[in-house]
Parts: sequence; C-alpha cells; structure tokens
Amino acid sequence: MEERLNNRQLNIKNMLLKYNAVLILIALIIASTILSDAFFTVTNIFNLLRQLVPMTLATLGMLLVVLTGGIDLSVGSVIAMGGMITAIMIENAGMVSGASMIVILLVVLGIGFLIGCMSGAFVVVLKMAPFVATLATMTIIRGAAYMTSNGQPIRLSTEYETSKMMVKFGSQGIPGIGLPWPVVLIILVIVLMWFVMRNTVFGRLVIASGSNETAVRLAGINVNKYKFLAYAICGMLCSLGGFILTSRVAVASPAVSTGMELDAIAACVIGGASLMGGKGTVGNTIIGVLVLGLITNVMTLLSIAAYPQQIIKGLIIVLAVFLQYITNKEGAY
Amino acid sequence: MSNQREMIRMDGISKAFGGVAALDNVSFQALAGEIHALIGENGAGKSTLMKCLAGAYEKDTGKIYIDGQEAEITNPRQGQDQGISVIYQEFALAKDLTVAENIFIDSLGDGKGLVNRKRLKQRAKEVLEKMGFGDIDVNKRVADLTVAYQQIVEICKAISRNAKVMVFDEPTAVLTNREVEKLFDVIYKLRDSGVCVIYISHRLEEIFRICSRITVLKDGKNVDTVNVKDITEKQLVTMMIGRDLSELFPERHAEIKNTLLEVSGLKSGKMVKDVSFHVKAGEVVGFAGLVGAGRTETMRVIFGADKPEGGEIRLEGKSVKINTPKKAIKNGIGMVPEDRKQQGLLLDMPIKINGTMSSLQDFSSAIGILNHPKENRKVEEMIGVLNIKARSYKSKASSLSGGNQQKVALMKWMISDSKVIIFDEPTRGVDVGAKVEIYRVMNELAERGAAVIMISSEMPEIIGMSDRVYVMRNGTIAGEVEKQQLTEQALINLSMGVS
Repeated sequence: MEERLNNRQLNIKNMLLKYNAVLILIALIIASTILSDAFFTVTNIFNLLRQLVPMTLATLGMLLVVLTGGIDLSVGSVIAMGGMITAIMIENAGMVSGASMIVILLVVLGIGFLIGCMSGAFVVVLKMAPFVATLATMTIIRGAAYMTSNGQPIRLSTEYETSKMMVKFGSQGIPGIGLPWPVVLIILVIVLMWFVMRNTVFGRLVIASGSNETAVRLAGINVNKYKFLAYAICGMLCSLGGFILTSRVAVASPAVSTGMELDAIAACVIGGASLMGGKGTVGNTIIGVLVLGLITNVMTLLSIAAYPQQIIKGLIIVLAVFLQYITNKEGAY
Repeated sequence: MSNQREMIRMDGISKAFGGVAALDNVSFQALAGEIHALIGENGAGKSTLMKCLAGAYEKDTGKIYIDGQEAEITNPRQGQDQGISVIYQEFALAKDLTVAENIFIDSLGDGKGLVNRKRLKQRAKEVLEKMGFGDIDVNKRVADLTVAYQQIVEICKAISRNAKVMVFDEPTAVLTNREVEKLFDVIYKLRDSGVCVIYISHRLEEIFRICSRITVLKDGKNVDTVNVKDITEKQLVTMMIGRDLSELFPERHAEIKNTLLEVSGLKSGKMVKDVSFHVKAGEVVGFAGLVGAGRTETMRVIFGADKPEGGEIRLEGKSVKINTPKKAIKNGIGMVPEDRKQQGLLLDMPIKINGTMSSLQDFSSAIGILNHPKENRKVEEMIGVLNIKARSYKSKASSLSGGNQQKVALMKWMISDSKVIIFDEPTRGVDVGAKVEIYRVMNELAERGAAVIMISSEMPEIIGMSDRVYVMRNGTIAGEVEKQQLTEQALINLSMGVS
C-alpha cells in the first residue's frame, strides 16, 4: 500500500518534471487570467498570437539549427531583411498588382534561403564555429538591411493593390471566427515542421547529426548536407517572418527584431531543446515560445515597466532549465 | 612482506547505483612498498572500488583506513589530502599549460599568491629528475608531449602531492613496448620509496612480472587475494571469469565459399603502407598486431572513412572505388568501430533510430516520408535475432549494457544487409557473457554467408574465433597464419618481427 503511494508520488513528481514547460505555461495562463481582466479576452489572445508569429518562425528555424548542434544568431537580421525586401518590392520596384504578391513571396523566401545558405557554407565548407559564422551573417545582413533604405523605415502606401492585400492579411482573420490569417499560416507551418521532424528522413537525420556527428557520418550519411539545409531553412523561415511582420504593422524597418536570436534560443531551451544538439521537439518548442510571449504580454497588461520585465523573463528561463536539469539527473540514475 | 606497513585497508565496502550493486561488501588491503594488482572483468567493480578510495564516488557502507587511521573520504579533495592519487587512462592534464605548470597545478604559487616561474620550473625539474626523466623540458606544452611523457607528467603531479597510494588504471594500454619498460622502472622507484602502488590491468603477463600480490574481483564481490608466486595464469583466468576458457568460443558451422573482398597494395597516410589480403564468404578473418601497426587505419580506408592513396579494392571480383563511407555501405561493407560510444552509436537515441540509420531509404517513400510500422517491425525482429536485452525498440542505446550496445551498433549493418562486416575490437569493454553473445552473432553472420573481419588485440579471441589470421606490422601484412598453425607464439613473433 505504502509502496503504491510512493509510486504514485514518484509518478506525479516525474510528470511535473517531464512536462515542466507545459506546467509553467498553464500556470502562467491561470495567473494571467486572475491578475488581469484584459488577458483572457479574444482580442488580447488573438493579438498576442499575431504578435508572436515572427518569433515563432525564427524559433522553429533556430530549433532546426540547434538540433544539429549549431546556433543561428542571424535570425533577427534576416527578419529585418525579409521585411525590407517586401516593402522595397512594393514601394520601389513597382510590384503593385495583386498577381505580383506571389512573386514577392517567392523572392522573400528565396533571399532568406540564400542568406541561410551563406551561414551554412560558413559552417560546413569553411568549418567555422556556428556561433562565429552566424555572428558574421547577423552583422552583414543587418548592415545590408540598413543600406536598402539608408536606414529609413519604409511605410506601405495605401493606394497599391499589394499593400492593401498585405495589410488585409496582417490585420484580419478568418471571417466569423476572427483567427488572424498570420496565425492560420503559422499553425500550418508548425504542423508541417512537426510532420517533417517526426516522419521524414530529413527530420530524422537532422536530429541524428546533432546527436553524434561522427557516428552518423560513419553510418554513411552526408552530415554536411543536413547541417547546411538546417541553416538554409532557418533563413527562409525568418525571411517569411519579416514578410508577416511588415504586413502586420504596415511598415518595414531595418532595425526590427534586434536581439530576436536570444528570445528564439530561450524559447528552444525552455522547450527542452539541448544546445549540444540532438534533443528537442517542435511541440515543446512552441510551448517555449508561448511561455515567453505570455510573460511579456501579461506583464505589459499589468503595466510592469520594461526593465523589470527582463529580469522576470530571465528568471523564468533559469527556472525552466533548472527543472530540466533535475529531470535529467533523475533520469541518469 | 609481513614486516611491511599496511597502507590501505578497505572493509566491507558496498556501493549501489540506482538499484544495482556495483560493489557488495568488498574488502581490500595493500601494503606500503608493494605493487598490488587489482583484476577482474569489466564491470567486476575494480574502477568503482578505486573511485570510492579516491573519493570520486561516495561509498554506501564500509570503512576505509589509510596508514592505520580511519579516513572519511567523500570527495576527491579529501582523497588527495589522504595522499591517494589515481592515474586514469584519460589523463587529467591541462594540455595547453606547460609541464611545470601541470605538475604543480594545485600549488602553482607554492603557498603564495604570485607564481615565481623560475622557482616553479626548478621544483618541476627536481621531481622529473628524481623519476629519471630529466630530459623532459619543463617549458613544453603538455599537448606537445608523447602520450608516454604525458603519463610521466601525471605521475610527477601525484608525486608533487606526496602521494602515498598511487593507482594505475590500465597504464600500458597506450604505450609502446619500450615505453612500458620505462614506466615499470618508474613504478619500481615508487615502490622502493614506500609508495603503495595499485595496478589495474587486463594484461596478465605484466601483472606476473611486476606485482607481488593480486586481488581478484568478480561481479562486485571479492574472489580472493593471492600471492603471484602461488598461482598460474590459467588459474587466474578461471578465477576472473568463473568458468573455463574453452566454453568461450561457440562452434561455427559456416561454409566457406567464394572470395568476397580482395585488397591489394592498399596505401594511405603513414599508417597504411602496402596492405594486401582477401576474405571469403563465410569466413571469420582475424587481424592481429600491436597497437599502431595500422590495422584500424587499414579498415578505415576500406570503409571509406579515410582516403586511399594507392592500391585496389575488389568486391566479388569487381574493382570498386571507395572514398566515402556511403560508397562502402552501398557496396555492402559495414564497420563496427572500436570506440562505439563516440563512433558507433547515437547514445541518446532509441535502438530503432540507431538500427535503421544506414538504410532509411528502405523504410521511406520516394519523397522521404518514413514508414514507421515497417521500421518498428524490422527493428523488433532484429532485437530478437541479436538477442538484445532491452525493453523495446524505443529504449535509448545509453540504457543498454556494453554488449547489447555493441549489438545495436552491429544492427545497422545487418539491416542494410552488408556482405563484408568489419569489427574493430568488438569485445573491448564488454563482460564475458556478452562476449560469448557477440561471438555467436559473428558466427551467425558467417553462417549467413557474410565475410567477417575482426581486429583484436586479445590473443585468445583471435585464436578462438578466426579461420585465418593476418598479422600486421608497420603498416604492412607481416604474415598470414592458417587456423591449424595458430598459436600465441606465432602471432607474437610475426607482430614483433621476430623470426
């Protein structure tokens, strides 16, 4: 009898440890609902989710790279670049007809992909440490983003067809339900990523490469290919994030998303991904994004100033990682 | 010997990890000025016992007496303060610091806050000279020294701490013959100066040469402590494994057929100078030789992990070009590497992912979508065939024992249907039971018509398992020995170049 009780206690404890990110998320939602009347409203939730879209894309890209055992510091810069390219094509390059929307999207995705390829080549071909390689990409792309407009933000003008479509996409949602279009898009991306990581050879080998590169290479697998693609896809996702950010605020600025890389890394870590590679899931990483997003949202609703907000965010990261540390320690024995 | 002082006494030491007892009421006693061997199979508890002594592990029960005084050792610092030093196989040296800095790493300032470089070098020189290694430059970075010299630095570090007990964990595994002799001189010096030397080794001939007493452990328990002069090697082996050696190698009923792999004049780097050999279907071919003879390097070239610089590889008569592992695998060659944790396995990944890694194309659609049910069935089947003890295909490789891990490392080549399978030291670090299992699997591979190549440094294994043996020396094949002529002497003569 007593043993059974102990077992049950152990199970609850294990559950607590295993799903600590989910639990932190639930706790945050409950706390937020109690603390702020404004929190659990459809408007606030939809707004929150809409705001989180670029960061979610950056974090998913980051997760891919982190799984290979790398890191991508350039996500924020690429988001800014993606936004600038979107705006320039509409405002300066005359892509104003509705049909050119497709072209704009493809160019944005393509440039993001190429930027990712650059980081990938630094890492795979030049054998640079990912931290240094993407630090270089981050700096280069941020500079390039500023150069596209002499450092000025570009506002989407209201008369062009493409601008109108952009703004409509960014600010409206499914008729009747009101779920914002960017959120619909991101849900599709999440499902796709989840499927890819779980059910494709690509996803399997990305994770495997991060788990033990030597062993994977000796199993006859071209590890470099998977590392390279991880950076390339990360770039593409971030560039898409820039496009969506521009559609939401109707303005592209080369200065946006500075420091996004740290939030993206933090979200991965809160979701249980290992920066050593080989460990992390799409689902948990999204929970990491939501935890970080929620904290900021509710603190803003409670009118907590920006500086203390950072302290609290930092403490949440420590808490999440500490809980994982305990879990791993338990698991080892 | 009876007049010697008792330096260590460990009474009733027990230590469990999780629910598994690694040490069960073990006692151990060694004298000052004695070289005492501690032997047993892998997993017998030798390292655990020594870690309890040094404070790397905290014992669960039992008492430790150092030099007659009961000692409370719960962390490495306390172990050091009691004068206990362990020379591990992976040296605990700061490779980018100099020899002098390493020797006095925890007393760089000799009690003061500032380091007097001149004095530091002087002190280091004195210690080295005392050990007969005055020729080692104290200004050199440790990374630039040979492994043997790094070991000397590690020993001198222990001496600088006034070690009363020095534990050597397989010290000769990384040394050449000449270096081994020098190490023995050092060990004799330590003994003569009254240090209690504990010597852990699998190499019985070394133990019979330098040790005075032997303590044998098995499955975390004491078997016996004996005087070297009262026992033979054979008796010792029986004590270690608890059964006769002849039961170790299961019978094989493989039909030897056509030649599968033929290598001629293979060259690569400094280690592979001119290697020619062939292996037939159904055959187990041993590769003997000293460490550094070029066996692993040869196999790495055949497997495409290193680039060939000359020579030819023919598979079933057809000449093939192999420059990546991918090509080797496509041609039906698989390799189970020596360092399975670093090179053979994804330890954090389930058996399933380890098993199918090299044949994912067989378990996925044209656009790369995995067929999980097919994969699971195959892996479950292989777990049965290989007799892997695991809860399911979802179990992480790290949760398995050494022998079962080795089988998982092999599984990917069975699933990818390799015809030539290279094993590099397949039984290193696995216990006797698992060894027999691995031999069975190798036999089964041969019976299924595969060509099995086995690199091994264990003579009994080479002799017990091989149909034919190639002996390598200095990057070439020094000779070939047929099963009927296989004796340890023949192999040693060839590998050392003695005729």
